[in-house]
Amino acid sequence: MNRLKPTVSSIARGLLRSVCLAGLAGAAMTGAAGATDVTGAGSSFVYPLISQWSTDYNAATGTKVNYTSIGSGAGIAQIKAATIDFGASDKPMAAEELAQSGLAQFPIVIGGVVPVVNIDGVAPGKLRLDGAVLAGIFLGTITKWNDPAIAALNPGLALGTAAISVVHRSDGSGTTFNFVNYLSKVSPDWKSKVGEGTSVQWPVGVGGKGNEGVAAYVKQIKNSIGYVELEYALKTGMSYAALKNHAGNFVQPGLDTFEAAAASADWASAKDFQLVITDAPGATAWPIAASVFIIVYKQPKDAARSKSAFDFFRWSLEKGQARAKELNYVALPPALVKSIEKYWATEIK
Amino acid sequence: MSTVPPEAIGLAALDDARIKARAIRETRQDAFFRGLLFAAAALVLIVLGAAACSMLWGGRLAFQTFGWDFLVSDEWDAVGHRFGAFVPIYGTLVSSAIAMLIAIPVSFGIALFLTEIAPAWLRGPVGAAIELLAGIPSIIYGMWGLFSFVPLMAEYVLPWVNEHLGAAPWIGPLFQGPPLGIGMLTAGIVLGIMVIPFISSVMRDVFRTVPAALKESAYALGSTTWEVVWKVVLPYTRSAVIGGIFLGLGRALGETMAVTFVLGNAHQLSLSLLMPGNSIAATIANEFSEADSDIYLSSLIALGFLLFVVTFIVLALARLMLRGLERRDGR
Repeated sequence: MNRLKPTVSSIARGLLRSVCLAGLAGAAMTGAAGATDVTGAGSSFVYPLISQWSTDYNAATGTKVNYTSIGSGAGIAQIKAATIDFGASDKPMAAEELAQSGLAQFPIVIGGVVPVVNIDGVAPGKLRLDGAVLAGIFLGTITKWNDPAIAALNPGLALGTAAISVVHRSDGSGTTFNFVNYLSKVSPDWKSKVGEGTSVQWPVGVGGKGNEGVAAYVKQIKNSIGYVELEYALKTGMSYAALKNHAGNFVQPGLDTFEAAAASADWASAKDFQLVITDAPGATAWPIAASVFIIVYKQPKDAARSKSAFDFFRWSLEKGQARAKELNYVALPPALVKSIEKYWATEIK
Repeated sequence: MSTVPPEAIGLAALDDARIKARAIRETRQDAFFRGLLFAAAALVLIVLGAAACSMLWGGRLAFQTFGWDFLVSDEWDAVGHRFGAFVPIYGTLVSSAIAMLIAIPVSFGIALFLTEIAPAWLRGPVGAAIELLAGIPSIIYGMWGLFSFVPLMAEYVLPWVNEHLGAAPWIGPLFQGPPLGIGMLTAGIVLGIMVIPFISSVMRDVFRTVPAALKESAYALGSTTWEVVWKVVLPYTRSAVIGGIFLGLGRALGETMAVTFVLGNAHQLSLSLLMPGNSIAATIANEFSEADSDIYLSSLIALGFLLFVVTFIVLALARLMLRGLERRDGR
């Protein structure tokens, strides 16, 4: 033990020194890069896209956009405290709350939530569920895979008699918000017993941390069901369920059905774009699509930084949407982009 | 020593005033040194007190709103803004208790093997391996737990446990439930494996301090190895062994990452050890970043304060136990 001590402490000293140096280097770098840099924080869901945009945008214009993935709730808290230029949230803020703090919000990209399952012999997209059954499973009222309600939706699919294990998020998250928002819309039972929020009191199941945590649990636990962002459902090769949408059609999760949801949502009558696009009316709309919102000040303190931020958003909406598709996000419908730009012109000083 | 050099005689003849001045200076230095040491010790108390106070202050909204209900309610509803700490407290205590049930006997065995039985050439490598185990970051234990240990539990161990222990009287309800693999029992076992290196290395070090003369006398009187261990080594090192155990327990109570991977993070109260639960540290780690209301945030900080209190109570009990043992021995 004693012989080890000097080595350990010298390693610690070395580490400390390198951390200090890195800190100094970081400080020097931020200091050197001009005043038009933009900083944002919030939603971890949109982080891969914004950081890719930021690299592309930096290459194109030389402006740096720093985005930290700290979670939607923390992003809203930070923009309220005015420590960042923009916040990003998976959950829209209420129009009154925005007005109170002098904030404006608009959607920047569309994503979606997909139920994933782990049942032997069930291929991706083969299992069909509707809102009421999904709510029943997550409420714990439907407990077996051979429940008549599931069997009625899946004639000809052998599901076995196993008990259903539910997997949900253990951390607060925009993914959860959009998922339970959908369940609240389609199931009065869910609305009265559990409600909606970024984290809720789950009646049954185990909680995994983050999309990757839920994906790992669903893979580990036989006969389980969970919910993740599309990217995770596609990337991990898990089996996912088709859902019955508002129009009564069964749809597969994918960029086209997410886009259909965004296009059919009633954006025109939503003040400050305060709209959750779950259970959208379109014939081919995916029922649990979600939009990510950018939140900014209506009258920013620093005009130069704000202008630079809006240049970035404009670039994202006009040139960045192709990149979004590559990363399994859905581009905003052109009509929506127009109304966002109009909103900027009228609301932002 | 035999001859006194002339300078020394000169020194001895120095006047009183200089000696006095030097005595005063040294008294001052001593006082300064004492103050310095006192400040160092006081710093610990101040940091401890400040941490407890700031958590109590941060959690005051939760304590004011829910009162004693916060301790006994099993509700954790972020939508309805109703919070209770019972499920996480229960999960923390139970998972740590399982960990101790596993870690104490195994550590005891490791330490005894290394000090009493192992051939000399084996002691070094095994001892080093244990110290290396102590250096593995807890997230690695968590990932190993989730990806390797959980499937093992779900496939083989839990179905057996469910079948053979689930129907047993008294303890039956503890072992009933679906074999998810994720839950209190798995978390307790992973925690146990994590704290073994801490407890066993302390035990090994203190077992080594037992004077050879004592052990050899016992052997000379015809004692078996077991009798030497039980009647000579353990009584001689008891307080240090208990100290080591509580070091491990303290770590188990506060462990976050490894537990959150395999515990299931569900705010549901269940008697069964096979069902998912939650612990204080895991709840805070999972939910802090997205706590979107004041009362939610305050409840999480209050949970942190309770972890502090729980740890304090457990350690105080250990002290009392130790004092009881010493009194019984007439020491």
